[in-house]
Amino acid sequence: MRKIGTPYLLLIPGMGFLLIFFLLPIFNLAQTSTQTPKDGGDTGQYEQTFRLANYADAIFENREQFGRSFLYALITTILALAIAYPLAYAIAFKGGRFKNVMLVLVIAPFFVSFLLRTIAWKQILGEEGFVVPVLRSLQIISESTTLTSSPFAVVMGMTYNFLPFMTLPLYASIDRIDPRTLEASGDLYANGFTTFRKVTLPLSMPGVVAGTLLTFIPAAGDYVNAAILGSPQTKMLGNVIESRYFRIVDYPTAAALSFTLMAAILILVTIYVRKAGTEELV
Amino acid sequence: MKTISRWFGRNLIRIYAAIAFTYLFIPVAYTFVFSFNDSAKSNLIWKGFTFANWQNPCGAPEVCTALGNSIKIGFLATLFSTILGTMIAFAIGRHKFKGRSSTNLLIFLPMATPEIVLGASLLSLFLVFQINPGFWPTVIAHVLFCMSFVVVTVKARIASLDPRLEQAAMDLYANERETFRRVTLPLVAPGIAAAALLAFSLSFDDFIITNFNSGTMTTFPKFVYVSAARGIPAQANVIGSAMFILALTIVILGQFVGRKRKVS
Amino acid sequence: MTGVASSARGDLKLTSVTKSYGDFIAVNDLSLVIPEGSFFALLGPSGCGKTTTLRMIAGLEEPTHGKIALGSTDITDTKPYQRPINTVFQNYALFPHLTIFENIAFGLRRRGLKDIDDAVNKALDLVELPHLAQRKPTQLSGGQQQRIALARAIVNRPALLLLDEPLGALDLKLRRQMQIELKWIQREVGITFVHVTHDQEEAMTMADTIAVMNEGEIEQMGSPAELYDNPKTAFVANFLGQSNLIKGTISGSDGDNHIVDLFGQKISLQKNRSHAVDNSILAGIRPEKFRISRLETSTSGNILTGGKVEDVSYIGVSTQYQVLMPWGQELMVFEQNDDGVAPFSVGEGVNISWEPIFTFALRGDEDAEAGTEVSPDEDLDEE
Repeated sequence: MRKIGTPYLLLIPGMGFLLIFFLLPIFNLAQTSTQTPKDGGDTGQYEQTFRLANYADAIFENREQFGRSFLYALITTILALAIAYPLAYAIAFKGGRFKNVMLVLVIAPFFVSFLLRTIAWKQILGEEGFVVPVLRSLQIISESTTLTSSPFAVVMGMTYNFLPFMTLPLYASIDRIDPRTLEASGDLYANGFTTFRKVTLPLSMPGVVAGTLLTFIPAAGDYVNAAILGSPQTKMLGNVIESRYFRIVDYPTAAALSFTLMAAILILVTIYVRKAGTEELV
Repeated sequence: MKTISRWFGRNLIRIYAAIAFTYLFIPVAYTFVFSFNDSAKSNLIWKGFTFANWQNPCGAPEVCTALGNSIKIGFLATLFSTILGTMIAFAIGRHKFKGRSSTNLLIFLPMATPEIVLGASLLSLFLVFQINPGFWPTVIAHVLFCMSFVVVTVKARIASLDPRLEQAAMDLYANERETFRRVTLPLVAPGIAAAALLAFSLSFDDFIITNFNSGTMTTFPKFVYVSAARGIPAQANVIGSAMFILALTIVILGQFVGRKRKVS
Repeated sequence: MTGVASSARGDLKLTSVTKSYGDFIAVNDLSLVIPEGSFFALLGPSGCGKTTTLRMIAGLEEPTHGKIALGSTDITDTKPYQRPINTVFQNYALFPHLTIFENIAFGLRRRGLKDIDDAVNKALDLVELPHLAQRKPTQLSGGQQQRIALARAIVNRPALLLLDEPLGALDLKLRRQMQIELKWIQREVGITFVHVTHDQEEAMTMADTIAVMNEGEIEQMGSPAELYDNPKTAFVANFLGQSNLIKGTISGSDGDNHIVDLFGQKISLQKNRSHAVDNSILAGIRPEKFRISRLETSTSGNILTGGKVEDVSYIGVSTQYQVLMPWGQELMVFEQNDDGVAPFSVGEGVNISWEPIFTFALRGDEDAEAGTEVSPDEDLDEE
């Protein structure tokens, strides 16, 4: 009796919580997404009419932001991977006794609010910052080019903010690699690059998968970087959802967009995880 | 020339790491430097050095209320998510039961859902039940997104536990409850502590979900975001820098104590 | 301490114990009595079921069928913590978060004993590591951890001490030393030791009785000398040391001896050393029992002629020869280097002889190679 009951007793509070505050809201979101404005009602009053066309309308209207969200998230993920992989490798294999210190340094910027840091980037890259004048005097950018309010700034900001989420899982899986396997590969006539491609990378795949997911998912739904570092031309889906909720009070469209974003991410994640061949994520 | 290029070749990865760390720390340094800016309102342009902001961190209106709220919410969210998440981690990590894979999926889903969707859907639910956004809705929202991270962290620690240690305890006359209390729990404790730390930092730094569910209540990230338009007071930089220094000190002290205990 | 079984003492008795995992039978209908106070070894290759047997005795696995009793108490269904049995785990399983003292005190504290300092210190003295009481396990060497694991088990004065490949992780020299020490400690404390190992030399050095296990069953049980001198099966003959097994037929009788025909050459075999069921046999002779001689030298006892030296390995105390016989089989001969005679060289023609009393015989239909294959995962855990 006890043996059968224990796991369920342990699960009930947490799972109940998820049921009420995660599944129920998602269900409610799906419900809201097909509502239409109430006839003669005030702004923000809606009734259920099961209008699936809400989705078509919402997606069509915001196709640019949709595309931008996934494009920016993709570029962000690739950049973060390119920066974080060598970093994680360096910590794991060259860190020596400073390994723990370096790990702490990766996480430490978290404690300065990410908003403060993002705004710091805005000011560093802005007209009053020191980067723009230097680049201009070196004639790398023209007098009229700005760094902020650009896709570049948004992607850079996201790459920056999600870098620790990429680095930590990568580190965890690279650190588990027995350095002797790398020596063995060298011993068996593989050069540095082949060793990386045939031994290091495959062994660190779980970290790559976890890191890219932990970067891509929040990046695709982000709107803070676009709001601070971008311009109206760099608006992402998150910005639209946010403004539909708070400014326009168009709940059905916001819900339809949220639901579509979630579904799109889940589909992409499923395909990606299947391809990468790592089922054990959690 | 040749020796220089060889030095670069050998230390390429270290140079790379140094550059990456510089990238990570540029805005931190900027925030820190500008916490000393002698500028009354907008902290955009360097006006001169002062300690005034550090001497009076609550000088800017609302900033300390916001900080207080963030700490309270972070503490409660950490407490609840750590308890709930640890229980789930033990259920998954130590027991075989029906529905284990769907449980795993349900844990993973909140992590695979963008924060904006989590925040927006939760807000919709609160509106349906006519619950006003505010302190407790925010705590609930934070527990929601922290819990999955707690489960994953604690589960990893449980998985790395040698089952022979628990068997040894049973062999040495400890019954199931004593085995859990004397062996399993102490060995999993570092994982639980790490999970709690992670939960607190996620909660403390969260903006998106908070923005949806906090209503008129302000938190530190919200304060920063809202005041960004008219210029952030230097006190915000003081608080950010202080949190950074505090966290770093705690971690380094923890390391130091841990190492000392190992040696003696 | 909890439960009725805790005070049980006496012989350990396994009756028809079977453990199966799905279709796989790890231990098959095993019956066994381990007398109180003995040093007993379960010997076998990895996957033979010896560790599963040990874990069932400890209570960490439940038998699918069968009974386990300690003295007159049935302990089959009791929990590990209700049995007066302690284990020295493979890789020791010391609690990393507790000091050495607390590790050793763990069992005593769980049983609610008071004034345990004395007992713990005595256990530390027994393993000669009293100065390490306040260390943590990670600060100890492998050999020290091994001794602490032993002390942690012995301090409880169990009716039975189980040792699961306890010396597997130690280097050869330390292993030899620990073998002698374990044996001494066993005599000192007088507890029944059940020792699981795949190392035949280790089993023979320490145990009074060895049970050789293969594929979930006991092949043969007896003292090291019995098993070595008169193995019952090809598996035992090959797994415990090395054997030359030659196909032959019993062709006649001479008093207490059989006359055996080995490819046309007649040898003699004591009737009571034959485990064959009919006239077809495998005649077995240990390599060190052979003597090797030049063709023209006359020798006594059993003789096989017409050999040719194929390979010579000089290993100090002895020289090992591979001798090719006329029927195409290579025989192994270990010759002590104690006679000052120069070794034979490759290609030389030789005779092989031995005292008839050293011949043993197995059933003729047995696989002469059984037990010789050493799997590469020999050192791996069985689980």
